[in-house]
Amino acid sequence: MALAFKQETFRNDYKYSNSPNAIKRFPFPFAEDQYMYSVNIEPHVKGKTGSVSEFAFDVDEHYVGECLDKQLTLDLDRGRYAALPHMMDAQWDFVELTMEALSNDYPEHFSLKKEGLNWTWENKPLNIKQSFVFGDASTMPMDPFEFMSKQVQGDFVLLDQRDETLYADAGFVTSQADWSLAFDVGMSWREWHAPVPRATELGVMDRALKYLLNLQLGSPVRRLNWTMTVNPRLDTSPENYPLWGTDRNTVNPENVADKVHLRVELQSLFRLPRSNGIVFSIRCYLMSLRELSSYPRWAKRLHRVQKTMHPDLIEYKGMTKFHPMMVEWLSQFDDGSAMAVGTQPE
Amino acid sequence: MSMIDIKVAAVEQVTPLVKHFTFVKRDGSPFPAFSGGSHVVVSMNVGGRVHRNPYSLMGSPADTDAYHISVRKQEQSRGGSVFMHENVEVGTSLQITYPVNLFSLAKKAHKHILIAGGIGITPFMSQLIDLNRLNANFELHYAFRSPEHGAFADKLKAICSDKLHCYADSKGERLDLLALLSKQPLGTHVYVCGPNPMVVAVIETARNLGWPENHIHSEQFLSPGIGEPFKIQLAKSNIEVHVPAEMSMLEAIEAAGVEADYLCRGGVCGRCEVNVLESDGALLHHDHFLTDAEKAAGKKIMPCVSRARCDRLVLDL
Ligand code: FES
Repeated sequence: MALAFKQETFRNDYKYSNSPNAIKRFPFPFAEDQYMYSVNIEPHVKGKTGSVSEFAFDVDEHYVGECLDKQLTLDLDRGRYAALPHMMDAQWDFVELTMEALSNDYPEHFSLKKEGLNWTWENKPLNIKQSFVFGDASTMPMDPFEFMSKQVQGDFVLLDQRDETLYADAGFVTSQADWSLAFDVGMSWREWHAPVPRATELGVMDRALKYLLNLQLGSPVRRLNWTMTVNPRLDTSPENYPLWGTDRNTVNPENVADKVHLRVELQSLFRLPRSNGIVFSIRCYLMSLRELSSYPRWAKRLHRVQKTMHPDLIEYKGMTKFHPMMVEWLSQFDDGSAMAVGTQPE
Repeated sequence: MSMIDIKVAAVEQVTPLVKHFTFVKRDGSPFPAFSGGSHVVVSMNVGGRVHRNPYSLMGSPADTDAYHISVRKQEQSRGGSVFMHENVEVGTSLQITYPVNLFSLAKKAHKHILIAGGIGITPFMSQLIDLNRLNANFELHYAFRSPEHGAFADKLKAICSDKLHCYADSKGERLDLLALLSKQPLGTHVYVCGPNPMVVAVIETARNLGWPENHIHSEQFLSPGIGEPFKIQLAKSNIEVHVPAEMSMLEAIEAAGVEADYLCRGGVCGRCEVNVLESDGALLHHDHFLTDAEKAAGKKIMPCVSRARCDRLVLDL
């Protein structure tokens, strides 16, 4: 079934909403009443039909709006895209991975025709048609990685593996959340995870790194991460803090349900074949508290998770200002009765 | 672990001891591309027991129509290389893993010195193609017993031209490691694959010359999850399960029809953790999940990757 793409904005007037179907398929991340930071990595295998993990890269009703927003962010700040020279093989790996996945999984929207190394890519929703020679960057209008990162929802970081660690040596990052550094090309795993409180001391990051160094071609993995954002804004980057940081002061008990959004990142990692690099894909889903409460079970669960959150984490996730209001609003859905483990809506 | 079903498309005797195999996918579709230095693990059924041997992929990483490996018949084979030589022929069906690269080229190196001994030439065959394509500065030093054992020397000459240096032991030609490694410019990386003494000699020489550790690379094949067979008792299910050499504890438990929790199957997520109720020997912890203290305490084990050397091991399952 062809998707109906919505006209949306992720800044200024914030024209954004989720259809009932989008709410239903939202990757709600809380299976239990308490939130505990964990690696929670699982194989990125085909999920249920219609779910966000049905395909390698999820394309949904927000596709066109999100891609336009990426371009806007990039136009305002070219530094959101960067690639070091030794990452060219990884760039082409990324092109192959995304073009093959999208054209196989959404044939009504994307197509890829190959005659040897002469490839033709067509993206109908964005009205792009491009013929090029695979492996020859001069036949592309821009870097191959930039070309395709603009056509897949989410942020992408290409990791080079050397010296027993991973380096973020290329990236297209326009919808950051929780990254307390501007995207800085060339950082190692430990450098870019340094700000996570409590997690480092648990050794979680070291374990995750060891696991990723052994990530296998053909066996991608995924995990969910989450935070709360005021307004459905994709670009919550630290450098643009003046543009959105004050939004936190605009939350009041009347608008909290519509302003505060649960922001879930579906992070997936794929080993790349030619470069032996890894692509780290961070796809963001946004849903207001009001939309979320169309499933009272979710609202009840979120209430419990938020109520018992460690103060350090509330601070780290930038929720201090509106946290009590959010908990108060959610409390109307919580009758205190026991709830079975699981993330299902109802 | 995902596997690829393959069929042998060609077999060629390259030297008196080395056979070259060409694999194609059984469903006719192309293989994934790979990076120079990658290997695949070939599973073969040798008299009812599964053997899994790693072999380097040769040939061009861009050639996705076929994969190529070479197998040297080992004098003291556990069965794998002899089986490949004697039982595998054109048309044989086998399974292989996706390519894994534990011996990748350092992309930021200024110069690459490749040192191969005998069958150790195989991982370099694909790396050379990558190096040529990237226009990299490299030298290949290839040592072998005698010219008839210098597999692929002609092919290598075509790929490397004057960058190839061969050393036939029978002709008294010797590779002087100290001379070679002491004259290299800063930023050079060295890679070695071959018999153990050669690998050790290269590593030691480079270290003694003050090369940084991360500029020295050697190939070491880690066959995933193979160990001694052992037995476990599952307390709740009240059954005994045999864990064969080539199966993980988790796989054996599953094969016995007992449901066990798991997520990553790689020893990191913690989901498969089980309590050890009794044991009378050593637990061989291979996971990254348990802390050292937990490992030492011996009360928990991660069956997806860990093993045991016990006569009696009772799990809470
Ligand atoms: S399944 Fe993840 S540690 Fe065993």
